[in-house]
Amino acid sequence: MADDLRHRARWVLFFSVLAAVVTTVICPFVGGSGMDYGKLWRQEAPDWGIAVNLRIPRTLLALLTGAALSSAGALYQSLLRDALATPSSLGVSAAASLGAVIAIAFLPGEGSSFPLIWLSALGGAGAVIAFVAALGHLRRFSAFTLLLTGIAVNGICVSIILLLHSLAGITRSFQITHWLMGGVDAVEYSVLLLLALVLIPVFVWMLRLSRTLNVISYGEVWAAGRGVDFKKITWQGFAAGAILVGTTTAITGPIAFVGLLVPHLLRRIVGPDYRLLMPASLFGGGAFLVLCDTISRSAFAPLEIPVGVTTALLGGPFFVWLLWSR
Amino acid sequence: MSWLSLDNVGFSYPGQPEVLRGIGAIVNSPEVIAIAGPNGAGKSTLLDLLAGQKWPESGTCRIQGRDAHRIPREELCRLVAHVPQTLPGDVPFTVEEVVLTGRIPYGRGLYENDEDHAAMEMAIARTRLEEFRGRRFSKLSGGEKQRVLMAAAVCQQSPILLLDEPSAHLDPENEAQLWDLLRSLRDAGKLILVVTHPLALAAQNADRIWLLQEGRLVADGPPCDAMRPADLERVFRVPFHWHQNGEGRVFLTYGR
Repeated sequence: MADDLRHRARWVLFFSVLAAVVTTVICPFVGGSGMDYGKLWRQEAPDWGIAVNLRIPRTLLALLTGAALSSAGALYQSLLRDALATPSSLGVSAAASLGAVIAIAFLPGEGSSFPLIWLSALGGAGAVIAFVAALGHLRRFSAFTLLLTGIAVNGICVSIILLLHSLAGITRSFQITHWLMGGVDAVEYSVLLLLALVLIPVFVWMLRLSRTLNVISYGEVWAAGRGVDFKKITWQGFAAGAILVGTTTAITGPIAFVGLLVPHLLRRIVGPDYRLLMPASLFGGGAFLVLCDTISRSAFAPLEIPVGVTTALLGGPFFVWLLWSR
Repeated sequence: MSWLSLDNVGFSYPGQPEVLRGIGAIVNSPEVIAIAGPNGAGKSTLLDLLAGQKWPESGTCRIQGRDAHRIPREELCRLVAHVPQTLPGDVPFTVEEVVLTGRIPYGRGLYENDEDHAAMEMAIARTRLEEFRGRRFSKLSGGEKQRVLMAAAVCQQSPILLLDEPSAHLDPENEAQLWDLLRSLRDAGKLILVVTHPLALAAQNADRIWLLQEGRLVADGPPCDAMRPADLERVFRVPFHWHQNGEGRVFLTYGR
């Protein structure tokens, strides 16, 4: 059985990585307004510049963001022992969005500069985790209560975002609207490097934790009786999710349903074992968002639709189907 | 050095009266100890304290001479296997995978090793779960689930087992097999503390009885001493009777 699991894990990893690599290699060069592959081969303008400065960084951003959102979804589903949990369920996504919107609306000068929005989004996500941790410390909260708290936090954050949106000037109001639609745009390679440096250690931590996540999903008493420090792992997991969501949300804006749709789809293929599900969600989530981004810029080319719209249009019906088939 | 000791242990939930008061006991050898008492007497709480799931408000719980709450969690779970009263919820794993959770205290590598699998095979054989091993835990009946959790505790290979009503959902055949298993584990050198309500079976199978009433340990000894009808009647508020059949076996019955 041990060998069987290892064997399956190798295959799951192979196909997940393959999906991520294939989409990342192919998608930058397809869709949109089309490319002159001859010019691209000869490294001539403008196609070479478009590929190197726009399409490839955009694809890499989609890959990292999809991996972060999807794996964060899988992580929260284990920690909250609820198949419908995502970072949105605890209000983390909404709080990160609020943090980013505060930065866009009020910070002086180039309000949309990445580090400021990033720190502000991380601050928002961190504040929610600290708030929920404080509640959990003061009173023993069940996973269900935490989910209900998350719904309340979501509502509060969305209301404040709307308030800020109406108070911000016309330029910043437009920036906020554009950012809230959720989109994957071309970014500088230095931003991608910073993103990778933040995200990859969290990815590695989650992959190493996957056997423990299996036991966490049995509930606190059983996990504690098998030697797992349930509270410590839970709060570390929430913090890890906040870093993943806060960091990516700062760049792309809120992108819905990736954390719900991808782990669920993959759970039906690879099963509930997090040793298979976590790597599959990580690489599969990346591949999924790269594909969605390609659809977003190709479906109505030369117009583009925000990738958040594409994921919501795919994820919304899936969510309804999930509720019916539960 | 004692296997387990309780020194003046007390516990209460926030804002509520004490659940346990001044509990004291020492266990020096492998035994099957049945913990009996009315609902709310503090039986499960006592197991939770010994399992390190709760902190005593006063006094000390010692496992092999060490304060249970100062032993690192993983190490404690190599000494004590706890099967709680509440079953895990909708667990999506197979019986084999649930049983293998008993090996978590022995290493956090991504995969179980050969030793882990040998322990799982032994536990499945001892609890007679061969026919269920590939089935999904959430699809099992209450009694089958309890047997799987019992197997996970056996797979944990700890010298001390803390079992909270392990026979609550079992039919008479499986209940008898459970007590056979507990006795055989004791013979293999394990200490077993089992919270139980069927007093007649406890009287027949346990080496020692801890009788709890309103958070106090009111009797501690072999069944014939700790389960005197007058004491049981005072604790449970129904009359109890000992009977002897033609073969010399004794039975405990209750009721008006």
